[in-house]
Amino acid sequence: MRTVPALACVLAALLVAGPLMPSWLVFLLTVAIAKGLVVLGLVVMMRAGLVSFGQGLYYGLGAYAAGLAANRLGVGDAIALVAIGGSVSALLGYLLGFMMARYREIFFAMLSLALSMILYGTLVRSAALGSTDGFNLPPPSFLGFAFDAQDGRILVYALTVVVAIGTAMALHRFVSSPAGVIGQAIQANEIRVEYLGASVAGVLHLTYVVGAAAAGVGGALIAIAAGHIDPDLAYWTTSGEFVFVAVLSGTGHVAAPLLGMAVFEAIRSFAFQYSPYTWQMAVGLSMLAVILFLPAGLWSLFTRRRRPGSAG
Amino acid sequence: MQKIYAILVDGTVYFSWLFIVSMGLTLTYGVMKILNIAHGSFYALGAYAAASAVGAWFAGNLPAAGSFVLLVLAGIVVGGGAGLIVERGLLRPMYGRDEIVLVLVTYAAFLVIEDLIKLVWGVDPYFAYQPYNLLGRTSIGGIDFAVYDLGLFALAVVIGVATWWALERTRSGKMLRAVIHDREIATAMGIDVARVFTATFVIGATLGALGGAITAPAISVVPGIGVDVIVLAFAVSVIGGLGSVAGAAVGALVVGLARACAVHFLPEVELFVIYGVMAVVLAVRPQGLFGRLAARKI
Repeated sequence: MRTVPALACVLAALLVAGPLMPSWLVFLLTVAIAKGLVVLGLVVMMRAGLVSFGQGLYYGLGAYAAGLAANRLGVGDAIALVAIGGSVSALLGYLLGFMMARYREIFFAMLSLALSMILYGTLVRSAALGSTDGFNLPPPSFLGFAFDAQDGRILVYALTVVVAIGTAMALHRFVSSPAGVIGQAIQANEIRVEYLGASVAGVLHLTYVVGAAAAGVGGALIAIAAGHIDPDLAYWTTSGEFVFVAVLSGTGHVAAPLLGMAVFEAIRSFAFQYSPYTWQMAVGLSMLAVILFLPAGLWSLFTRRRRPGSAG
Repeated sequence: MQKIYAILVDGTVYFSWLFIVSMGLTLTYGVMKILNIAHGSFYALGAYAAASAVGAWFAGNLPAAGSFVLLVLAGIVVGGGAGLIVERGLLRPMYGRDEIVLVLVTYAAFLVIEDLIKLVWGVDPYFAYQPYNLLGRTSIGGIDFAVYDLGLFALAVVIGVATWWALERTRSGKMLRAVIHDREIATAMGIDVARVFTATFVIGATLGALGGAITAPAISVVPGIGVDVIVLAFAVSVIGGLGSVAGAAVGALVVGLARACAVHFLPEVELFVIYGVMAVVLAVRPQGLFGRLAARKI
């Protein structure tokens, strides 16, 4: 099936299912899809060979930008908050991109880790932003209307689903655009791309900003959905989780990160519920199982039986 | 003047700790090209093993001086054992896979060991303060500090010199350096790379656990102590240049002094400073202060 119509069908199905689902499932899916959005951006970066161990920087920044806009500037509208989170992260991504586009592989990973830990260190020590406790957000409004808690949750879910699927469609276009294709060529052999006359730095910079914007939007959505933010959003374990889900899902399809994150969140929620002391072990063991038995990621379950070449 | 002196003393103590903890990480990376996230769990394992061993030692009213030997032994036994299990059981089947996949394998190992520790030792804190108090405090030049911390510095120097000697002056060290330099040629020359890998990983894990074991008397051993250690050790290794022993020493010194300065002058930026230094060093010299540039392959 073609990707865009398929995504549209998924979108419709998720929207219709929203009001029918129990509220715990709605929340779990909202969180999973919002975080899946971050992974989506990361997967696009990984196709160009940029493995960031610091997407928590933009994830946390997007969340704090949305949170501060809601609390200090009185922006109540959820859609505006998401836009603010995404743009602030994209702006920082654009500025840092000038530097980051010069780094590759382990150096890129380490530098992005360092930058995210700088944000974490700053947030932990700033009493005005609630230090390690973070702060709460007021319930958002939608297009000027306020809703009660139950309807609000469904609307946040709907917003998350629409934004995520929309981004997935846009990024599907992006990876087959000239910049996206050159990105893959850079990952294969950077010097040859330079010989062919394409700007490696330019493409990597653009890809980096795309990843940052997606992470910022994801962060803002999490802030709205959870109603609370703290510095852990920028901690290295959060960033590590994104890398893990990116590898677990595989880079074969734009929907894979969203599915991968949903699986990951489900494993974690159930493990946390049934064995609060050993949930990390359950997550770790499932990670190992996927790495061992599905080397090409979860998405390979869907593409395995098809002829090579028709996948994705 | 007094303040500068205090910074030097604090920086040195912090340096010793950082150096011992980062050495294992940078060694593992240098030889195997694996960023070992499980290094933090080896640290935690060492701390827990040392804390309970020392606790049992003093409960049995055995001679107090033996507890220092016990600390080191606990670290070596637990670290070596855990390192062997992780390398043989988890990493061995994965060699040849993508670098990033290997990082994730160690991340998974970290998560599993973190919970194993909780299962074995529970979630209550452990204290093993006796060796720390036993040595008392002293004052040099008007600065009061614990003799135990001074011992840490001596241990760091011993470990540093021993590693340098083993790498530069022994036959196995030469083989190890050959593997660091070019894995394929080393294999072609008849070096058993698989064995070198196992040995390196076990030594790296042992150093990590040793770092935890010798820290145990100075802190309360609680769940989660391994998490922060990982990024700190990363920062130190990256600043010095991943895979370089001299680099780990310089990195530890830079981070130790930077943190001590921050603590004394502007405590708010303590965390910021460490990663700030890391970012600046990476921005100026991506391969780290002591790292070698790799040739670009077309």
